Parts: sequence; structure tokens; C-alpha cells
Amino acid sequence: MITKMTHVNIYVLNQDSALDFYTNKFGLKVIMDVPMGKDTRWLTVGTPEQPGFEINLTPITEDLFSKETAEALRDLVKKGTFGVGVFTCNDVYATYEELKAKGVEFTKPPTKEFYGTEALFKDDSGNWFSLAQLV
Amino acid sequence: MHHFVSQKFNGSKNTPKMINEQYPKIYLYRRLVQAKLFIDAHYLDNIDLDNIADEACFSKFHFIRQFKNIYRKTPHQYLIFVRIEKAMELLKADIPVSVVCYTVGFESLSSFSRLFKRVVGIAPSTYLIRQQIIKTQIVESPLAFIPGCFAEKYGWLEK
Repeated sequence: MITKMTHVNIYVLNQDSALDFYTNKFGLKVIMDVPMGKDTRWLTVGTPEQPGFEINLTPITEDLFSKETAEALRDLVKKGTFGVGVFTCNDVYATYEELKAKGVEFTKPPTKEFYGTEALFKDDSGNWFSLAQLV
Repeated sequence: MHHFVSQKFNGSKNTPKMINEQYPKIYLYRRLVQAKLFIDAHYLDNIDLDNIADEACFSKFHFIRQFKNIYRKTPHQYLIFVRIEKAMELLKADIPVSVVCYTVGFESLSSFSRLFKRVVGIAPSTYLIRQQIIKTQIVESPLAFIPGCFAEKYGWLEK
């Protein structure tokens, strides 16, 4: 029987820049940072509020993908093809104001929907997420 | 609170309803967020929380109540939380307990240790040792920390 989801991949253009975005701007904490080969680290981040769930910042390198795949994937990520997931918070207006002050790019300000209040933002690679306060 | 802010910052009665409801609230949020960011930036100084309330144009008790509404912690509790989080980061980087204590703004080692233990569950010295052990293990056998499916997909098991 399946119990939990523990890891999820986000494909990023550059691990250093993603690390800066997800920790310094977005406010997550590094969980694992293990060097694996020349351009690649096993780099995961998460929130202390949800122990046991790690977001794996996977770099699109030719270490991990064929040249062709890496190029295609990089283009798709940059174009904002992938809506990766939903982050929830206690107070979406406060979180929105704070993240905006720290330079996170929002594509939609907090908006009331039938399921809660939701804003949309992008990471430094082009992946986009929902930031929501669910009712 | 809505009333107070509306009076002060949004006097016009002809503003569309949406703006009337949202804008004052956003103004209030911005002040609270600024206060929170101030604590984030100055946690190691001797922060006077009364000053923050003044700068955010709140009475002290109103400020504490509003802050707690948003962050689920009073400004003081939040300040302690930030200091302990930072302490954990520094201990992970192998900085000695006594240095960490003063670096994150505590004035006495005993009050730091007591608070750390209350929040984290173990003493800072124990935390430091555990982190050192984990680090050694990661260097010795990194694959033990990576789910096998990922390691296999990326060919790390062969190396």
C-alpha cells in the first residue's frame, strides 16, 4: 500500500540560481546537497512545516539527459510550459507581499476563487506554481 | 481594524467596491510584512519590538495581535524562531556552539541552549555532533541518501 509521496522533481536551468531562488527568495530550506559528478548535485529543498517532503532541483544537464532532450526540455521550461504544483500558506496576501518584496515574479495577484484565494508565480527557470490559501 | 485603516487611508466613498475592500487590507499587510522582513534582516541586533510597532504605525498590542494573526507567532516568538533557525544552519556548517550563540544575537550561552533545546528538542551541542555524523556519512556513501530510483535513472549506481 502506498503511504506517501516523498520526492518530486523540478527541472531547473541552473542549480546555483535555483538554490538562490528557492531558499533566499522563496524561503525554503536545503535538505540535501550532495555532489554527484561534475555539473550535478543531488539538491533538495523543503519546508520545515512538511518534514519528509523534498523537492529535488534537477538540473537539465547533459550529465543527466541526452543533448537533444536537454535542449528540448530547456526550451519548454523557459517557455513556462510546466505548471508544477501548489504551495499553500496561512495567509496568501502576506506571503504574496513578502515574496514580491523579495523579487519573486507573479503572473497573477491573489484572486478569490471558489476553493480559496490564489496567486500564480514563476521560479527563476520558468516553472510556474500556484500560491494558495485554501478555505 | 478594517474600519481604522479605511478611515485613514481610503477616504473616498466613490471608489469601486473591490478596491475599497482590498486596498486598505493590502496596505495593512505591507506594513506587517515590512515588520517581519525587518526582523529577518536584523534578528542578531538588539531589536526593540516596540520600535517596530511604532515604525509600522501600530499601537503595540494591535501590532502584536495583527502579526500573530498572519504569522501564528508573536513578533517576539518569531524573533526567537528566526534566531534558532539561523543557529541550526550555522551548526550544520560546523560552527562551534559558543560562536553560534553570539552570532545569532543571544547574550548568554545558557539561555541560548535552553531555548534551542525547547524549540529543537535536543541541545545545540548534540545537534552539532549529529550533523557532523550525517555529513561524514554523506561523504562516505552519498547514494545512501538518494532514493535508488533516481540514482539508477541517472546512472549514479554504476559509478
